Amino acid sequence: MNWAWLHKLASPPHAYRIAGNLVPWFAWPAGVLLVLGLYGGLVLAPPDYLQGDAFRIVYVHAPAAWLSMAAYATMAVAAAIGLVWRIKLAHAAAAAAAPIGASFTVLALATGAIWGKPTWGTWWVWDARLTSELILLFLYAGVMALRGSIDDRDRADRASAVLAIVGVVNLPIIHYSVYWWNTLHQPSTLTKIAKPSMAGDMLWPLLTMMLAFTLFFAVVLLVRLRAEILQRERNASWLRMELAR
Amino acid sequence: MSEFVRMGGYAAYVWPSFALAAVVLAWNVIAARRLLATARERAQGRAIAGQGAP
Amino acid sequence: MSRTSFSAAAILVFRRDLLLAQRHWGQVAQPLVFFLMVTTLFPLALSPELAELRRIGPGILWVAALLASLLGLELLFRSDHVDGTLEQMLLAGQPLSLLALAKGVAHWTTCGLPLVLLSPFVATGLGVPFGAMATVMLSLALGTGILSALGAIGSALTLGLRRGSLLLGLLVLPLAMPALIFGARAVDLAIHGDSPRGPLLLLTAMLVLAVTLAPPAIAAALRISAE
Repeated sequence: MNWAWLHKLASPPHAYRIAGNLVPWFAWPAGVLLVLGLYGGLVLAPPDYLQGDAFRIVYVHAPAAWLSMAAYATMAVAAAIGLVWRIKLAHAAAAAAAPIGASFTVLALATGAIWGKPTWGTWWVWDARLTSELILLFLYAGVMALRGSIDDRDRADRASAVLAIVGVVNLPIIHYSVYWWNTLHQPSTLTKIAKPSMAGDMLWPLLTMMLAFTLFFAVVLLVRLRAEILQRERNASWLRMELAR
Repeated sequence: MSEFVRMGGYAAYVWPSFALAAVVLAWNVIAARRLLATARERAQGRAIAGQGAP
Repeated sequence: MSRTSFSAAAILVFRRDLLLAQRHWGQVAQPLVFFLMVTTLFPLALSPELAELRRIGPGILWVAALLASLLGLELLFRSDHVDGTLEQMLLAGQPLSLLALAKGVAHWTTCGLPLVLLSPFVATGLGVPFGAMATVMLSLALGTGILSALGAIGSALTLGLRRGSLLLGLLVLPLAMPALIFGARAVDLAIHGDSPRGPLLLLTAMLVLAVTLAPPAIAAALRISAE
C-alpha cells in the first residue's frame, strides 16, 4: 500500500495550505448551524415540564461537555500517531487541540454550575458529571503544564504525548469510579443534572448545536495547527514562498 | 419579547450561560487568529533572514 | 562473556535501589513523617473528638498517604539520572520496561510498604476501630502500589524539570483519584462492619492494570526525558 499521499499530506507546506483552504468550508456551516441551533433552542423549543426555561442551558452545556471530551480524544489520538509514526504534524495537532478543549471544559463546568443553582439550589454540587468534568480539566492542565515546562520542543511533544495517552486510558476508569462514588452518597433522584427527556422540538436544536460546536472546533483547530506548523518550520525557502502568497 | 428575555423567571441563569458560551467561542477565535498572525510575522522574519526556525 | 538474564538484571536493579535506600534512610523516613504530620493537621483543624474523626478518618488517611507517596516519587529516577546509571540502563540490552518495573517495586518497598506498616498507628489516632485495621493496611498496600506505578510515569516524564515536584503532583493526582475513591470507601465500609470486598477487588484490578501497563509507559518516558 502506497502511503506516499499520507506523507505528502503530512508535510508542512501541504498541511499549511490545505488547512487554510479547509477553514471556510467548516466555518460557514458552523456559523449557520449555530444560528439555527440558537434559534431553535431559545425560541422554538417549548419550556421543559419540570425545569421551565432553565433547561435551555443544555443547549450550550451539553455541546461544551461533548467538545471537552472530543477534544481530549483528538489530542490523544494525534499524540499516539505522533509517537508511533513520528509524524511532527500529529504532535502539532495535539498541541493545538489542548487549549481549545480546556476552554470548553471550563465552559461546561461553568454552565453546569449555573444550571445547578435553579435545579438544586446550590452553586456547586459534587455530582458525577461535574466532578468528572473537573477531573478532565485537571488532566488538560497537566498536559499543558508539562508541555509548557519543557523547552526542547521535541521532548515537550513526546512527553505530553505519553501523558495524553496515559490520561485517555485512565479516563474511563476515572469516569466509572466517579459515577460509582456519586451513587453511594446521593439519593438517586439527584444523581445528575436532570436531563429533561428530550423529544422532537427540544432535540433537534441540541443536535444542531452539537454539530455546530464540533465544526467550530475543527475551524479553531485548523487555525491553531497552521500557527504550530509555522512555529516549527525550519525550511526557510518554503516559508518565503508560502508567506509571499 | 419581554417574556422571551425573562425566560420564565430563569433569566439570571440562562442568559449568563449563553453569554459565557459566547465569550468562550469568541476567545477561541481571537486567540487562534492572534497566534497565527504572530507566527506568520515571526516566520516571515526568519524567512527573510534566511535562517529557518530559531 | 556471560550475558545477564532479564530477571537477573531486574533483581539487580531492585536490590541496588534497596541498598541505596538503606544508606539514605533519612530520605525513606521523610514521607513517613510527612504522613504522620498531615494526619495530625486534621484533628488540629477540626476536632479532637474521635467520634467525629472516625467519620472522615478513611478520607484523611488516604489523602495523607497519597500526598506522602508523592513526596517519595520525585527522587525515583533523579539520582540515577544524575549519576549516569539511567544512561546505562537505557543502553543495556535488557528491556527497559522490566527495569522500570523493578525500580517501581523497589520504590514501593521503600516508600509504600513503610506507609502501610505505619498506617494502623495513624488510623488508631483517627478513631478507626481495631477490626478495620486489616482493611486499612490492605487497601493502602494496593493503593500505594497503584501510586508507585502511576507516579513512576510522572516521575519519568518530569525528570530534570524545574518545579518538577509540583508538576509531578499536578500530573499524578488526577490519575490517583479512582484509587482514592475505592480505597477510602473500603476503609469506611470496614469501620461500619460491612464487607469491603467490592472496593478491594476493584483496587486489586486497578493494581494489576497499573503494573501491566505502566512499565512500558515509564520506559517510553525515560527514553524521552533522558536523551
